[in-house]
Amino acid sequence: MKAYDYDIVVIGGGPAGLAAAVAARDAGAGDILILERDREPGGILNQCIHNGFGLHTFREELTGPEYAARFIAMVRERHITCLTETMVTDIDRDKTVTAVNRTQGVFRIRACAVVLAMGCRERARGALHIPGYRPAGIFSAGTAQRLVNMEGYLPGREVVILGSGDIGLIMARRMTLEGAKVKVVAELLPYSGGLKRNIVQCLDDFGIPLKLSHTVVAIRGRERVEGVTLAQVDAAGKPVPGTEEDYACDTLLLSVGLIPENELTRGMGVEMDAVTAGPAVNESLETNLPGVFACGNVLHVHDLVDYVSEEAACAGRNAAIFAEKRRIGEIADSGPQGVASGCEPETVLVPGPGVRYTVPQRIRTERMGERLTVRFRAGAVYRDAYIGVYCNEERVIHRRKPVIAPGEMETIILEKRLLTAYSNLQQITITIEEA
Amino acid sequence: MEKKELTCIGCPIGCTVTVTMRGGSITGITGNTCPRGRRYAEKEVTSPTRVVTSTVCVKGGDRALVSVKTAQDIPKDTIFACMRAINGIVAEAPVQIGDVLLENVAGTGTAVVATGAVRRRRD
Repeated sequence: MKAYDYDIVVIGGGPAGLAAAVAARDAGAGDILILERDREPGGILNQCIHNGFGLHTFREELTGPEYAARFIAMVRERHITCLTETMVTDIDRDKTVTAVNRTQGVFRIRACAVVLAMGCRERARGALHIPGYRPAGIFSAGTAQRLVNMEGYLPGREVVILGSGDIGLIMARRMTLEGAKVKVVAELLPYSGGLKRNIVQCLDDFGIPLKLSHTVVAIRGRERVEGVTLAQVDAAGKPVPGTEEDYACDTLLLSVGLIPENELTRGMGVEMDAVTAGPAVNESLETNLPGVFACGNVLHVHDLVDYVSEEAACAGRNAAIFAEKRRIGEIADSGPQGVASGCEPETVLVPGPGVRYTVPQRIRTERMGERLTVRFRAGAVYRDAYIGVYCNEERVIHRRKPVIAPGEMETIILEKRLLTAYSNLQQITITIEEA
Repeated sequence: MEKKELTCIGCPIGCTVTVTMRGGSITGITGNTCPRGRRYAEKEVTSPTRVVTSTVCVKGGDRALVSVKTAQDIPKDTIFACMRAINGIVAEAPVQIGDVLLENVAGTGTAVVATGAVRRRRD
């Protein structure tokens, strides 16, 4: 009897899961299964009908559905099974996956390696503490996007958007094109959380004002939204009395952040990173549970799908290597504690001043490739600043960047020969240093 | 001499590109990191264009809508005329990615093409 039903089970058939499965197959993995809860694979890309995807991966500008279709085709060419309308309800520490769908009911799959690729979800109104009634007409920007682009409903005619994340900016343009009047986009922070290009082509093109350091302090209307009140906020984020402005509107869209969807991950007892709200991983994108890998927005929220695909391919390749090692007996099949990654010397990656987090969070230098991509985000907007990398206390990289902003993920490449030059490398610190 | 500062929309880097002009003609472009940025800046100060993406109703499909785009970028001032034309299209399932759903949208010389696929509905 086979010890496992599948060499690799990928949880989620969005951009991360698809790219991980493709890379795992190309690295030699045998049986791969993708589990997707929606009707079709592709994830959030299916509702992102705007263009701008794929410049990095395919050297051309694609829309979301086109980008997804390329990866879905690659999955099909490789005869990788993808079960849709299938919801994973639990994953054990020994990597037994429990799932449910209409045709098979509840069933279990034993996986040799698991790739977590569940993506993220939007922060909702409840997280914002906006006073007022609970009228119809308040949507998250992504829900509005699904309604307009996939279901064919325009959720409102006069719109105010709170939050300047990319989905909010994209929806400001989309609603405008479909005939709605977008009156204003308000952002609590003194800078936008979205990409600069989206401010240009989604707001400036249509004359939609962006009010930085503003928030919604009241929502009017009992049955349906009738209007909202915006107020300026001070440096501490508190509304400034006397700055209130009323906007009549029937719809409020919220684009106020994304939360990695890690209920399954936490259920397995995977060690988490409090800042990313995703699992903490090593250079192979492996969690503290051996053979459990993570990639895409479940690991940390990305701005660009191209980087998700790249990261997911890395997780997929490493899952394939893990499955192969276990197949030939190089890794013992002795439960999650059997080959804890903690047995090998690890270097900790530390987010220094100006840096909120890094992914990965730790590196086994022996296991890394010649070059390792480290992704991180800044905590504020910096101009003419430097990205500094320190091995123990010594600065080894000092790279100038004209602009560093929290809305745009940064990357730094660490070369193996740079790190192996240190015999006792305890920690690598990444900082942002002003000139 | 006149200076215009633009944010390139060619890719997510979003370079700040400075265009210097004299009497309506470009005398210098700086700040772009690639040729795409140069082309964008030239167009943006003379005749700005955009790719328009939207959706089209589908008859007899397993989904009600298919996503579409203009095959090339179109003049910015024709965006709303394009949207009116796109909203008048009704496609017939099946639709494949790349299918031309409307030629020469709003007189721009550019076609509207499907960016998604819709299968025929099984009754």
